Amino acid sequence: MTTLAPHATAPQTATGPIDTRSALRLITCGSVDDGKSTLIGRLLVDSKAVLQDHLAGVQRHGQTDLALLTDGLSAEREQGITIDVAYRYFSTETRKFIIGDAPGHEQYTRNMVTAASSADAAVVLVDATKLAWADAALKLLPQTRRHSLLLKLLRVPSVVFAINKLDAVEDSAVAFEHIGAALREFAAQAGIPVTAVVPISALKGWNVVDASEQTGWCGYSGPTLLEILEDLPVTPTDSTLPFAFAVQWVEKFSSSADTSQGRRIFWGRVATGGVQAGQSVRIMPNGQTAVVAQVLNHVRQPQAVLAGHSAGIVLDREVDVSRGDWLLADDEGEALSGSREIRATVAWLDDETLVPGRVYWALHGHRWVKAKIKRIVHRLDIHTLAEEDANQLEPNAIGHIELALQEPLATLPFAQSRALGSLVLVDTASHRTAGALLVQ
Amino acid sequence: MNARTETAVIQTALQHASDHHLSNAHLDALEEETIFILREVAAAFERPTLLFSGGKDSLVMLKCAEKAFGAGRIPYPLLMIDTGHNFPEVTDFRDLRAKELGAELIVRSVEDSMARGTVRLAHEGESRNVHQSVTLLEAIDEFRFDALIGGARRDEEKARAKERIFSHRDSFGQWQPKAQRPELWTLFNTRLQPGEHFRVFPISNWTELDVWQYIARENIALPSIYYTHQREVVDRRGLLVPVTELTPPRDGETVQLRDVRFRTVGDITCTCPVESLAATADDIVIETLAAEVSERGATRMDDKTSDASMEKRKKDGYF
Repeated sequence: MTTLAPHATAPQTATGPIDTRSALRLITCGSVDDGKSTLIGRLLVDSKAVLQDHLAGVQRHGQTDLALLTDGLSAEREQGITIDVAYRYFSTETRKFIIGDAPGHEQYTRNMVTAASSADAAVVLVDATKLAWADAALKLLPQTRRHSLLLKLLRVPSVVFAINKLDAVEDSAVAFEHIGAALREFAAQAGIPVTAVVPISALKGWNVVDASEQTGWCGYSGPTLLEILEDLPVTPTDSTLPFAFAVQWVEKFSSSADTSQGRRIFWGRVATGGVQAGQSVRIMPNGQTAVVAQVLNHVRQPQAVLAGHSAGIVLDREVDVSRGDWLLADDEGEALSGSREIRATVAWLDDETLVPGRVYWALHGHRWVKAKIKRIVHRLDIHTLAEEDANQLEPNAIGHIELALQEPLATLPFAQSRALGSLVLVDTASHRTAGALLVQ
Repeated sequence: MNARTETAVIQTALQHASDHHLSNAHLDALEEETIFILREVAAAFERPTLLFSGGKDSLVMLKCAEKAFGAGRIPYPLLMIDTGHNFPEVTDFRDLRAKELGAELIVRSVEDSMARGTVRLAHEGESRNVHQSVTLLEAIDEFRFDALIGGARRDEEKARAKERIFSHRDSFGQWQPKAQRPELWTLFNTRLQPGEHFRVFPISNWTELDVWQYIARENIALPSIYYTHQREVVDRRGLLVPVTELTPPRDGETVQLRDVRFRTVGDITCTCPVESLAATADDIVIETLAAEVSERGATRMDDKTSDASMEKRKKDGYF
């Protein structure tokens, strides 16, 4: 049993650099019928990750329908579309993968955002047969643009464009060239860093796991999609930023023998920076300061803890701390005084339109506060990327809004800190999660 | 068609498993995610409970709960819905573990629901597995539970693969797959209307292989029937059906004594063992790497009726 004395002699060593070879959380996205479910089926089958009974379950009229490996809901099979994210697991010789198969329909954008919020990488599928591939100035589909923009907003570190169904166009080299150019141009305009553009046929299995039988197919001689994925980094944690920690759960004991001077343990996940004994912290929102007496890792062993990992923190004095409070590095806490007004990019996910004046619940870290929509600053036109005036945001729109908060929150721009800069809005009547907020 | 049996594939897979990254860092990350979720439930709900059957997945969750809260301090009771058709090795083990941990164990039984008339069997021999939903919802009502932690994994079945970690249930206990709440980052929307509850799945992202590697790493004790033993079975269309009072051989079937173990343990009337000589968790890790049939495909009689049977049951309030 761990001792909880404030100055335990147990070693306080850092957890070390993040293991970049651990499981990669990957999503596939893009428009309807671009072949996302088929691609995942292909990845699973060609990497020998599918068991016999599952493979037997996807035979239709003597053919293997790879999409049926992931479309698991009866409504999905009825309609032949993907409604919600299916998570699949497989490993290759070099790494483990968790794949989220995100739906393409605009109506289910919320499920795509769900999958993207925890993804290390995304494969955006583009169906060559749906585009005017012979035209050097072709237009991309709206969902390709919307999903790519959402990936950028959510800071998904790696974006791979996979141009699919190139086996089904007349001149696959021209199609690959033109579509690739359109994707690169859109990405440059939107500020999306592109990891790779790769030609594939999910149906035939070309360039997915195994290289195409024809060398230099589409004028491409680079790695297969899986080879690209095997080399991608996982999302770096913000351990170089100042310390920030949201209190998830306060552990109190009735027995005084367990805690020195009746202290409590504050459990939560280190959002940014790191924490070790002796560090000064400021408690938000009350602004009090204290010194960290001891840090426990997620399994209650004394150890310094870095961003991305759970920690239990014991403070050197009795202070008022409850679930939802933040512990911040002292000097940072001073700068981050907390604001009652925030401006944020919003991905609107609810079926009901967002209108100014309505009050929602906002969840930031582990704190719930009421938030009122003051103003819609503008809506983003996903085709032109222009910021246009708007007085409401329709379902699946992306826009910028101003909110008034019932209590100040210690936020940072999402571009600086995923944890301090992200909130969700919850409808006070339906309790549905209605919007994803990224603080500007 | 499936090359998993090829020696080379198995050899390579074994090498992965022993590889530091796949065995330790990966398991540490899963353990950490599970512990984070277990604490979130303790903090966000008033009356949570942890579903505990004595099976391997619930024992893994219990191990994580011990690590999260310290020995003897799990802040929620354990709940078991008893069909009355259990393997005694499992229920005995369940009681022993709960006692060792000093945890409160609540058992509610399908037979009591039958006595109350809320569960009616279509015929005497019908599996009681699906009827657990009724008894479960009755227990939720009785204790006014607002969160039920379950050991389901997304790799088990296609409907499960679609489910959120915090999965909302309406006042009829129903899952609404088309209207799942977005689950962004780790900002879990745990808001409830009166009468509603959440099902929470802390080991969603674990696979059968991860579970066995963790059991091996942590030396987690399991009911004996998870390991090889001799048992009377009949081979019924590829499934090894255990011969018990409840599942006697049918006319013309030959009873055989085979070396078997259970990959999953549930109601006697719908759970089958697989042929195996695996005597340790490490042996099972090796077998799992080489498996050609999924956990449910090899062992469950009740999932075969229709591709959507799990989804349908979940809509009716099943776990």
